[in-house]
Amino acid sequence: MKVKKLLLGDEAVALGAINAGITGVYAYPGTPSTEITEYIQSSGTAREAGIQCRWCTNEKTAMETALGVSYVGQRAIVCMKHVGLNVAADAFVNSAITGVNGGVIVIVADDPSMHSSQNEQDSRFYGKFAFIPILEPSDQQEAYDMMEYGFRLSEENNIPVMMRLTTRMAHSRAVVEVAVKPIPRREELTFPKDPSSWILLPANARRKYPKVIAGYEELEKIGASDKGWNKYFDAPDKSLGVIACGIAYNYLRENVGMNYTHPILKVSQYPAPSDLIRKMASECDSILVIEEGQPLLEEMIRGILPAPVKVLGRLSGELPRVGELNPNSVRAALGLPAHDTHEPSSVVVPRPPALCQGCGHRDVYAALNEVLADYPGHKVFSDIGCYTLGALPPFRTISSCIDMGSSITVARGAADAGLWPSVAVIGDSTFTHSGITSLLDAANVNANIVVVISDNLTTGMTGGQDSAGTGKLEAICAAVGVDPAHIRTVIPLPKNMPEITQIIREEIEYKGLSVIIPRRECIQTAKRHAKERKK
Amino acid sequence: MKKDIILAGVGGQGILSIATVIGEAALKEGLHIKQAEVHGMSQRGGDVQSNLRISSDPIASDLIPKGCADIIISLEPMEALRYLPWLSKEGWIVTNTTPFVNIPNYPEIESIMEELRKIKNAILVDVDAIAREVGNPRGANIALLGACSHLLGMEPQKLEEGISRIFSDKGEAIVEANIKAFRAGRDASL
Repeated sequence: MKVKKLLLGDEAVALGAINAGITGVYAYPGTPSTEITEYIQSSGTAREAGIQCRWCTNEKTAMETALGVSYVGQRAIVCMKHVGLNVAADAFVNSAITGVNGGVIVIVADDPSMHSSQNEQDSRFYGKFAFIPILEPSDQQEAYDMMEYGFRLSEENNIPVMMRLTTRMAHSRAVVEVAVKPIPRREELTFPKDPSSWILLPANARRKYPKVIAGYEELEKIGASDKGWNKYFDAPDKSLGVIACGIAYNYLRENVGMNYTHPILKVSQYPAPSDLIRKMASECDSILVIEEGQPLLEEMIRGILPAPVKVLGRLSGELPRVGELNPNSVRAALGLPAHDTHEPSSVVVPRPPALCQGCGHRDVYAALNEVLADYPGHKVFSDIGCYTLGALPPFRTISSCIDMGSSITVARGAADAGLWPSVAVIGDSTFTHSGITSLLDAANVNANIVVVISDNLTTGMTGGQDSAGTGKLEAICAAVGVDPAHIRTVIPLPKNMPEITQIIREEIEYKGLSVIIPRRECIQTAKRHAKERKK
Repeated sequence: MKKDIILAGVGGQGILSIATVIGEAALKEGLHIKQAEVHGMSQRGGDVQSNLRISSDPIASDLIPKGCADIIISLEPMEALRYLPWLSKEGWIVTNTTPFVNIPNYPEIESIMEELRKIKNAILVDVDAIAREVGNPRGANIALLGACSHLLGMEPQKLEEGISRIFSDKGEAIVEANIKAFRAGRDASL
């Protein structure tokens, strides 16, 4: 039996996973992937089935935990944003060699146009690089249906599967037809048929690697067959053929409808169907490639040597080289006239995001600015989170934000080179995600830096998920070797400003590693918790 | 039947509740729906929008093409103007008139109102005031939904049922307060 539900792409994926009988979802929050795990956390069905759904410390621990589930023959998903795959990459790439026992789907949500990210890397490159097949849904129904399909693909071909979402797929709702009852979760433990492939000694890996490559060729055939998600729509006018990947297919149909006069190749599964692309190239005068993210397919088709067919897309300028696609840019690339509309209004000014009124990070930056005004040679290196907004007015405190955990290591490197004062500002969740090892490095050389762990007891930027280190930060700092006399905790409130600035001053003057922990709950989660208590 | 709607406002104002009510009602009617939302960083006091598309036929794109929106529904007057290039020539703007000033260079409100009055089809209502008058100051978003309800191609009754379902777990009093806000908004725009 099926029912219709209005679901975000992320939620469709989550429900697809629940209904495919997963044992666990392993993830670290990251826009636009967060709602997958949140949906499972709040699902009664998932609770009844006993699906593991607690947030992981980072994407690498998440990926590895899923491999553990797979090893014993059960199903798991891993969810992350695109840059999270950089963190999980070691486990991800090697998982192609180990293969799977129970099915694994790695769901990676890319963020072209960088709505909430520091770059717009295209995760499809990782799939190709690792010889891992990719599913790229064009709508929410496909996103749901591809979960059960993906698990079968994974198990039948002994390989993890990646599902690539992009912001608009992840964060757009549509009506999705879903099964009422999930496939029961597997309870029994079964072990891999080829256990040596899980022990990546060079001898074992060398034996397995050619099989992975051969398997990748097989996966291409599956994707292009009627068992796959790639589809060729033939049409009489061969002056142009269009290849549309993932959600780009929707922007194409929005502009040309269902009865287009030119052939269309819809690509929703990789490895890309080279036979179908060759068919299009042999019949059409030119090919327009529409793909979200970087021009992966366009580059593959174009190559370096002169091509027998004209290839149009992001590299040739028909579509913008960077940024998210939309129905307007696709319309222009198809050579259709723009719709008639209003001119932009000249009175509108930008309204950038800002730290919430009453947020503890504000008090941290106010205190730092007050003290550091007396140290003209200072730099503050920061990290990924709400507090990155400390780069903007009125604070303008920070000089860097690169990747999770980098604040501490960058501050240490700058101090090695002679910078003083060298300050790091990192949030509690980012600290446990990837900052602990950075702090260990700094402790081992007693680096002359001040590390501020701005602890709001949550993962704030993504909407207030549990933070892995809550209640443990001082103990972690002491355990990696920070002198307990220089682990200072303060409450970031305007009334405590004299105390906070005094402590910052003392720790800057101390020649060695210090950690200051301003701790006050995120005001968004505090409001939510107050409401929950009222209920 | 096809309605392409841009919902606009500032992070935290509650545009997604409007979208949820319309979506609920449309789902009940068996219509096709697509609704693209903004999550993440921009929610922190920045401008936010949602593209809501409802149709009796299947919908392809999650995003509304420029020049194709039938209605811009905005909880903030300047934010209504931000999406003008998406509005069709015959489209409607339904906006709150109370500005949300959280930036130092917010324009003179009179210059914004002047721009809004230039739009042929514009409904300008102070939904903050309406919500206060009916004793539900947090219901400005639902009052705004009321103000545009006659443009949505759905029976007001269906929208009220949507409100009831969305707010039902918050108790009967909250449902009633929002129905009141909805009706007051509707009356103010007719």
